[in-house]
Amino acid sequence: MKLKFILTTTCALCVVASAAIAERGSDGQLNIIYWQAPSTMNTYLSGGTKEVEAASMVIEPLASYDPNGNLVPRLVDELPTVENGGVSEDLMSITWVISEGITWSDGTPLTAEDAIFTWQYCTDPAGGCAQASYFDGITSIEAIDDRTIKINFAEPKPYPYTAFAGAESPILQKAQFQDCMGARAPECTDANFGPIGTGPFVVSEFRPNDVITLEANPNYRDPAKPAFGSVLFKGGGDAASAARAVLETGEYDYAWNLQIEPEILTQMEAAGKGKVVVSFQTSVERLHLNQTNPDPALGDMRSVYDEGNNPHPFLTDPVVGKALSMAIDREIVVEAGYGRTGQVTCNVLPAPEIYASTANDGCKVQDMEGAKALLDEAGWVPGSDGVREKDGVRLSVLFQTSTNSVRQGSQALIKQWWNELGVEVELRNIDASVFFGGDPGSPDTFQKFYADVQMYTNNFAGADPEAYMGNWRCAEIPGPDSQWQGANIQRFCDPAYDALVDEMSKTADLNERGRIAKAMNDMLMQSYSIIPLVYRGGTSAHANTLEGVRMTDWDSELWNIADWTRAE
Amino acid sequence: MTDAPATVTLLQETRHRSLWSDVWAQYRTHKGAMLGTFIFVFIILLTIFGPYIHDADPQFLDIRNKNAGMSWAHPMGTDNLGRDMFAQVLYGGRTSLAVGITAMLLSLVVGTFVGVLAGYFRRLDGPLMRLTDLFLALPLLPLLLVIIMLFRDTLRAAFGPETGIFLLIVFVIGITSWMQTARIVRGDVLALKEREFVLAARSIGTPPRRIILRHVMPNILSPIMVSATLGVANAIITESALSFLGLGFPSDFPTWGRLLFDGANFMTLTPARVIWPGLAISLTVLSVNFMGDGLRDALDPRIRGR
Repeated sequence: MKLKFILTTTCALCVVASAAIAERGSDGQLNIIYWQAPSTMNTYLSGGTKEVEAASMVIEPLASYDPNGNLVPRLVDELPTVENGGVSEDLMSITWVISEGITWSDGTPLTAEDAIFTWQYCTDPAGGCAQASYFDGITSIEAIDDRTIKINFAEPKPYPYTAFAGAESPILQKAQFQDCMGARAPECTDANFGPIGTGPFVVSEFRPNDVITLEANPNYRDPAKPAFGSVLFKGGGDAASAARAVLETGEYDYAWNLQIEPEILTQMEAAGKGKVVVSFQTSVERLHLNQTNPDPALGDMRSVYDEGNNPHPFLTDPVVGKALSMAIDREIVVEAGYGRTGQVTCNVLPAPEIYASTANDGCKVQDMEGAKALLDEAGWVPGSDGVREKDGVRLSVLFQTSTNSVRQGSQALIKQWWNELGVEVELRNIDASVFFGGDPGSPDTFQKFYADVQMYTNNFAGADPEAYMGNWRCAEIPGPDSQWQGANIQRFCDPAYDALVDEMSKTADLNERGRIAKAMNDMLMQSYSIIPLVYRGGTSAHANTLEGVRMTDWDSELWNIADWTRAE
Repeated sequence: MTDAPATVTLLQETRHRSLWSDVWAQYRTHKGAMLGTFIFVFIILLTIFGPYIHDADPQFLDIRNKNAGMSWAHPMGTDNLGRDMFAQVLYGGRTSLAVGITAMLLSLVVGTFVGVLAGYFRRLDGPLMRLTDLFLALPLLPLLLVIIMLFRDTLRAAFGPETGIFLLIVFVIGITSWMQTARIVRGDVLALKEREFVLAARSIGTPPRRIILRHVMPNILSPIMVSATLGVANAIITESALSFLGLGFPSDFPTWGRLLFDGANFMTLTPARVIWPGLAISLTVLSVNFMGDGLRDALDPRIRGR
């Protein structure tokens, strides 16, 4: 009898024990490969996506964006809105209430003081915080009680979910970072390489620009998660070999940002070890037509806006831009370079739905004859060498982009169509680190734009396009006075557009904001200073045995890594 | 008995002989060199006349016909944008070979000039060799970046995008690869200078210019030739490296290096994209090296006739 009792209890215990093991950490090690290696685990010290994503396993924001671009609660029970009183009627403040029982990985509770500290840390003028824009317009953050954070804005904020929403503004632990304020921020190597967080994993070893190993957080809020006991996060290599490591050899479970030709990706996927996942956000591959004159003969005045006194010889004419746009077969650009990771688009603002215009959809179909007729009508007639000209000005463009085989493919296609149209095209490609490097001393940056046409992708974080659409204000034009900083790359300037930007910043109603955003998008499109080509999705791959991946391009791709499991 | 061979030699010597016919006779006995010459000439002829026979436009995109295998219309298949690979290899060969040979000539002229001057005139030795060291110590890639950045627009305006870049690349490769030649030549000149025939020439008052041209140069031909052949290979490979970085020719302007680079990702899908340009580069480099080997043997009087 006694023996039987002991046996049963032991058995019951072992069932309980095995059940407990089957919960946290039961699925062994998760191997992740990012072909760009993170150099820090502190999101605030790096603007790079790779650092943000790596850090998102450890430090968390109050709310995250799901794959549809909706904000979902993370460290709070519900999202503050005007309806539930979380956002004040006058839109001057937002109040977040942290869920009960959230602790840091060292066991101490997460409090409102940590959020206040994070705001102070990032807004310290000596700190050079990479994510400072998330705290723009905030006058103060107060702790109503231990778990209640109130953020006050300088003026009504129609979209108040900026600070602590999304992987780019997580909360840091005050106790760990309080000696790392301002100029001392980069010196706190231990803290920056191994931040204490509320997330599902904690850093056990960080080797900058190489490998990160992480262990499951013993104090994670959900005792059943994460299913993986450890994570090996390998950085480095190139996109094709990362894809191969997941899809063909199965050495890794997850690979990120696979910008490679669709046929290669399809072939790798056919090996059957994993699958490719795509998520669309707001990335648009576009052409910028320089509205200023980039002629080398101008010396220091190349591509300088100069209050409109230095216009491009022909690209300021919307007829030329329209013909260039009509001559492009976007379907083929997508097919050749993007496959299912891209869609044809005619807007520079393709999402979210309420902001996406349908007024320009005519561009989806190539119309070479129409384009030719348009130029003929406008007086641009082919000269003896087949290149169209008018009043001695030849339609000859220098077309630059960054070095990437997909982009060079698109360049070649576009060149062929424009040649057919009667436009002479010279191609140039520049190393991505120079092109996007932003060095004011280099002539080859995309900001300097010493070419007629250039192609690259841009997007915006979060779900609100206000700041993004504000990029095309006259004041945002890069030039020597601003050290070539500024986001109005094609040098578009229209007072009517600036008025719309101002109007949007004062409008709270969502539908009204949608109308204004569409109007701004259409104004840009009809100026033909931007020619959108491809609506690009983020592309990643995961092993077939990995379950629970909900890829999102609105937030860190690893946003729900706590829910990932290994299938048998 | 002992007279017979001597008579034969005498009889042979009555025929007309020159240095170059001897060299040629020796060169012909080197099987590798002959094969190399044959292949090299074949490749050159192919790149010159091939495009007239296979008249596909290397830049024409036929997107419906992408990633095609070998066929009569596309003997080497097509790439992922539907461009004909054979035409690209032929046109690419023109550029690569032109760059290789021109850059080699430039580096040879500079290298020999510096080497001979440094070896022969003691006063110039120090400064010139320090200059050589300086060039050797220059980090090549940043230098190329700066040169291309500074002069690209000027040359483009003066000569057009393709010729401008061609001149720039040839100049850049030539100016950064003469140092090895200069060092080898200097070493040989230093040794030769002390030899009896040079001393004899000097003692009868031959001016240095003539000593260099008549007595020194023919004797250092063999290292020069060898470094020339290596230089061609090196230049072709450097041009490929530049194309990789996007610093070379425009992306739609094929060269062997660029074709290889673009094809690397497609290795498993369409292996022809890397095999053909890779084969072209390897064969050219290998044949040029064999030619150099044969030339060195042929030019060395101690080996010749053995």
